Amino acid sequence: MSTFWSIWISAIVLGTIFGCWWLLWATRKSQTTDTETERTTGHSFDGIEEYDNPLPKWWFYLFVGTCVFSLGYLALYPGLGNFKGLLGWTQHNQWEKEVQVAEAKYGEIYAQYGSTPIVELAQNEDAMKMGQRLFANNCAVCHGSAARGAVGFPNLTDDDWLYGGDPDTIVQTLTHGRQGAMPAKGMMPNMDSEQVDQVVNYVLSFSDRARDPEAAKAGEQVFMQACAACHGQDAKGMQAMGAPNLTDNTWLYGSTYDRIEETVLYGRQNQMPAQKGRLSEDQIHILGAYVYSLSN
Amino acid sequence: MRHDIIEKNVGLMALLIVLVISGGFLVEVVPLFFLKETNEPVAGLEPLTPLQLEGRDIYIREGCHVCHTQQIRPFRAETERYGHYSVAGEFVYERPFLWGSKRTGPDLARVGGRYSDAWQRMHLFDPRSVVPESNMPAFPWLFENKVDHTGTAAKLTTMQTLGVPYTDEQIANAADQVQGKFEIEALVAYLQQLGTVISTKR
Repeated sequence: MSTFWSIWISAIVLGTIFGCWWLLWATRKSQTTDTETERTTGHSFDGIEEYDNPLPKWWFYLFVGTCVFSLGYLALYPGLGNFKGLLGWTQHNQWEKEVQVAEAKYGEIYAQYGSTPIVELAQNEDAMKMGQRLFANNCAVCHGSAARGAVGFPNLTDDDWLYGGDPDTIVQTLTHGRQGAMPAKGMMPNMDSEQVDQVVNYVLSFSDRARDPEAAKAGEQVFMQACAACHGQDAKGMQAMGAPNLTDNTWLYGSTYDRIEETVLYGRQNQMPAQKGRLSEDQIHILGAYVYSLSN
Repeated sequence: MRHDIIEKNVGLMALLIVLVISGGFLVEVVPLFFLKETNEPVAGLEPLTPLQLEGRDIYIREGCHVCHTQQIRPFRAETERYGHYSVAGEFVYERPFLWGSKRTGPDLARVGGRYSDAWQRMHLFDPRSVVPESNMPAFPWLFENKVDHTGTAAKLTTMQTLGVPYTDEQIANAADQVQGKFEIEALVAYLQQLGTVISTKR
């Protein structure tokens, strides 16, 4: 803050306090008693008159007290321009102190859990309570409080993993996030509507639900051209690309003909936001162990 | 001096009242117009794109700011949950600011990038489809209405007049950038940039 504004603020603040002080004393009537007087304000309305009593003393000194308090406050806390106050208090160092207290309290626990291997940590009940809290605050909004997911948000309690369920991969997913992108019509942008029907039937045939077995048979060729690059020739998916296994019972976007057709026609875009920077490494480690513990 | 002098002179009393109530304004507000901390944007702060600006107007129209604040206070409990506390330099292009004063829902000052676009859409279409215990209203009409692009350039011009550094070229292209977009696209674009200038946790 420039000297001008510092002086501006200090002058007005102190001026106001001393102005109040002066006003209190200047308007205080010379009084011999702090009880009622016989004096009236001098005017009368329908015979009703108004006493001209002084402010009660306790009230008067309360006002004086506020002036004294404010001077004490301004001496201790920053309020007069660039003067920092005798306590040196700022919002930021108050926050830093809070963080330090928390660091002293939890730092050791975090460090201990952070250096325990995930498989072992997943057995630690206290750590998993912590993980559950972290999950509820940071992950449950998408994956659900029971981690069972929703349409478009994977269930974390089953054994089916888009990118892999080993500890390192879970931590990798948490730290850097994931970008899921299935292009519309896969690798075959000019797929016609008959071919779409065929490939949807082919996908349904993995779970014996093909509407039209003839179309499903024809769909195999379409699948090889459009889908196999990511989902694999056996349609069992590819974790390196996050391409789901199509032969199991887990369907991120729904398993009906219509939902699968929608997926083929328009593709799917999905994202797991990176937690790096939002959560500390130790917190991510504990969360990783919690997620690991859900299915192991 | 006796108090009846003030009480019997309305002009004098009015003058003194003005003096008293302007004291707070002169000390607490006026200096902020001239301080570096409150007028300089934080490093990397860019004015909103036309689409984000339209999204911001939808945010205001739907009253999001009534239930969501956009201000993280410097308390550990808040920085743990929401991220780095808000600083003045993040808001220099905000006209008007949307700090809010009541948290029925969570603070949104750093919601940008926290959830995926898909989540934001599902959540705005039907909040309970992703958060069963939510009491947020649904906003399905955002998925049907297109952004009104006819006023976009005028909005940018107004912002430019108020000191937001939009270039004339940006204003000229503004309408084209939002034409044909759904309101939900604008709102999600706005939400996804919130607070992303400061990304460290602190």
